Amino acid sequence: MDVAIAVDDLVVKRGGRLVLAGVTAHLPAGSITGLVGPSGSGKTTLMRAIVGVQKIESGTVTVLGKPAGHPVLRRTVGYLTQAPSVYSDLTVRENARYFASLYPGMTKADVDKAIADVGLADAADQLVGTLSGGQRSRASLACTLLGEPRLLVLDEPTVGQDPVLREELWQRFGELAANGTTIVVSSHVMDEAGRCQRLVMIRDGAIIADDTPAAVRVATGTDDLEAAFLTLIRDPSRAGGSPGIRDTSRAPTPRAVDDRRDATEGTVA
Amino acid sequence: MNPRILASTTERVLGQLRHDKRTLALIVIVPALLLTLIYYVFDDNALIFNHVGLIMLGIFPFVLMFLITSIAMLRERTTGTLERLLTTPLAKLDLLFGYAFAFGLVAAVQAVVLTAVAYWAFNLSIAGSVWLVVLIAVADAILGMAIGLFASAFARTEFQAVQFMPAVVFPQLFLCGLFAPRAEMVGVLYGISKVLPMTYAVQALEEIGRHPAATAIMWRDLGIIVGAAVVALALAAATLRRRTD
Repeated sequence: MDVAIAVDDLVVKRGGRLVLAGVTAHLPAGSITGLVGPSGSGKTTLMRAIVGVQKIESGTVTVLGKPAGHPVLRRTVGYLTQAPSVYSDLTVRENARYFASLYPGMTKADVDKAIADVGLADAADQLVGTLSGGQRSRASLACTLLGEPRLLVLDEPTVGQDPVLREELWQRFGELAANGTTIVVSSHVMDEAGRCQRLVMIRDGAIIADDTPAAVRVATGTDDLEAAFLTLIRDPSRAGGSPGIRDTSRAPTPRAVDDRRDATEGTVA
Repeated sequence: MNPRILASTTERVLGQLRHDKRTLALIVIVPALLLTLIYYVFDDNALIFNHVGLIMLGIFPFVLMFLITSIAMLRERTTGTLERLLTTPLAKLDLLFGYAFAFGLVAAVQAVVLTAVAYWAFNLSIAGSVWLVVLIAVADAILGMAIGLFASAFARTEFQAVQFMPAVVFPQLFLCGLFAPRAEMVGVLYGISKVLPMTYAVQALEEIGRHPAATAIMWRDLGIIVGAAVVALALAAATLRRRTD
């Protein structure tokens, strides 16, 4: 497998508290990995470490063959922060145009496409400050999609979006991954987790499961990922039955399409 | 640095100001109104207005630009846009010079309006060229901006940021020669006044007020103002960390 992200024995402390306690995970290129776990479990910190903006205590993070945060990666890694980070006193288009200008070769058409991709074509000339919360996050996402990143790190990209938009966004992520973009997505919504080729579950700064959604379902003996998640959070030993758990070097076989179908069936509405 | 990114950053900062018409109006109108106030305070004493009014042409741009940039930069930090920008190919100096060019342009407009009001409406009499006054005022605005960018690194909240204004600006105001001639200050204060950049802005303006042609002291003072601005920008760049806790 072609490893896009290699995290080894990563330890991060924030404000004196151990947030990541020796995390190891190897994520294959061109896949969608879902990062799930309770609030405060360390998802955002792990994503920040992958992007290279997090001070780390020890361990290594290698992204596309370079240490995380390497200047070369600034051209190839797109990062969506959890809170929308766009200029509220500019319009959606002005924001997108500015972030596009930071990358070489971006055209007006690329800007329009990124805005359309997040369903904001009709609000393109509206000030971001006047948008709804959900629209604002999408404006932020549009800016992340610009620059043709080879790795997208998306911290809860679909929070506050309606089901139709979520469906469209996931379709777009699927297209990007099919074209070779590696995507790491954190989410609280378990029906979304089912759309990932791979799931990494974190609890208290440690990985408790790292496998395909199908394998997680088998290990926990439930078709419902929400229930699987609850089972694992309450009793991590249950994960022992899953072949991929803690064996972080093993790549899941690309069964994305099947997994996605499974996921829709096993979804909480 | 990258010319394309620098240009688009400048355009972006100007775009934000364009959407904020009230701020633009305040930047241009407030100093002129304050100067009007000072003019009427010294209504019957043209001599004092010539001194105080002239110095104000250097002080207002400094103070206003200090405040505006420290808040603008703090907003970049608190809204997460700074962190995002630092994950892109943008260089720290692209961002800082983007602010410098955008606010420098606004400062130039402010300086022209303020100087025009002083010169034509209130007959401020200066021996030298009025354009040199504008030049010093703009340099002073850029200095205020550069120090503001640096100071914002030490503020976590807007409450803290606005309080850097009195902390950074007032000592310079007291010691620059506006309230008492520097030559009459006790040794220690005189010594301190020599390392505060605003002192040189005031001195440069006084030189223009007294001499028909630009003097060597004025050029030296301008050099010190620009040099201090460059140092402040370099310090500001050093406070921008790509990796944080």
